[in-house]
Amino acid sequence: MAPVGPRSGDAIFANMERVNAELFTLTYGATVRQLLTDLEEVDEVNKQLDQMGYNIGIRLVDEFLAKSNVSRCVDFKETAEVIAKVGFKMFLGVTASVTNWDADGTCCSIVLEDNPLVDFVELPDTCQGLYYCNILSGVIRGALEMVSNTSSFAQPSIPSFLWDVSLKTEVTWIRDVLRGDDAYELQVKLVKQVPEEYPYKDDE
Amino acid sequence: MQFFGSAEISPSPPVPTTSGNNAHMMYVFNRNGVCLLYREWNRPLRTLNAQQDHKLMFGLLFSLKSLTAKMDPTSAERGNLGVPQLPGQGCSFHSFRTNTYKLSFMESPSGLKLILITHPRTGDLRQSLKYIYNLYVEYVVKNPLYTPGAPIRCELFNTSLDQYVRSIA
Repeated sequence: MAPVGPRSGDAIFANMERVNAELFTLTYGATVRQLLTDLEEVDEVNKQLDQMGYNIGIRLVDEFLAKSNVSRCVDFKETAEVIAKVGFKMFLGVTASVTNWDADGTCCSIVLEDNPLVDFVELPDTCQGLYYCNILSGVIRGALEMVSNTSSFAQPSIPSFLWDVSLKTEVTWIRDVLRGDDAYELQVKLVKQVPEEYPYKDDE
Repeated sequence: MQFFGSAEISPSPPVPTTSGNNAHMMYVFNRNGVCLLYREWNRPLRTLNAQQDHKLMFGLLFSLKSLTAKMDPTSAERGNLGVPQLPGQGCSFHSFRTNTYKLSFMESPSGLKLILITHPRTGDLRQSLKYIYNLYVEYVVKNPLYTPGAPIRCELFNTSLDQYVRSIA
């Protein structure tokens, strides 16, 4: 089996360029605040944050792969572990844990004890529907869509020769400290694996 | 005239003495087969138009990858010929050498393919391609004006790539 990347992101985190945590937190806060002003609807803000995260994720994945030397993950379980242990450490400086696997290994929860995005934040009554950290779910969704994975965790319905796939996922918030829970929990659900095809037609 | 010459009949070109002209061309493809970048440093002979040339290169890699995996004597699980392979799965080739050039190839798990064509006597370029991948991250991916999936038009990337490629021995 090919060696996979590091089990923890500490070493990579030490070499990453960093910004002041307060500047980061406050910039994100200002962004959310501005979105609330511009879009008015909380649902629209959630959607917009997710879209922004997605756009970040499809770029971030290359930086992650280039710096972490992760070559591949054999299954979705390993993918989730790598996101939680290496990905979160590299880009947010915190480590998450992976729990609550369902029976067929296509759905799990990523739990964040510590979340640098929410320092100084309290949700006012008018924004109770807001998923303040919705950008994170978008990032995960975008990044996973760009990576390939193997058939070893494919559904029986997908022929095993379709190896080169991208991972379509749904990422939703289960728990949120800002809403009175005790941790941040993101549910990552593998929706489908999209096989890739030879991009050119013969008669082109 | 000898058309199917072996190395003895048409020997490799001499190793260039001055640094800077070891590399011939570089291609970057994304996972959809779009040619994001084509750089040329030393290519005296051109037979195809650019688009056909890119398509030919992509097709070559695509076929060669599935062929090498099919030939793999160590792995039980093998795909069908012509079916795409997973980056890093089972085996994958990283270079091949002819008497006149060497092609080095790297594919990231996100499907980015880097191809560098150099003088046949250049050494293992896997680390160099990794370094170029890092350049791509720094100057292309992090460029907010770059649209993912579009051809790369980043002056900084081109400059640093040229500079780095010249230093490859």
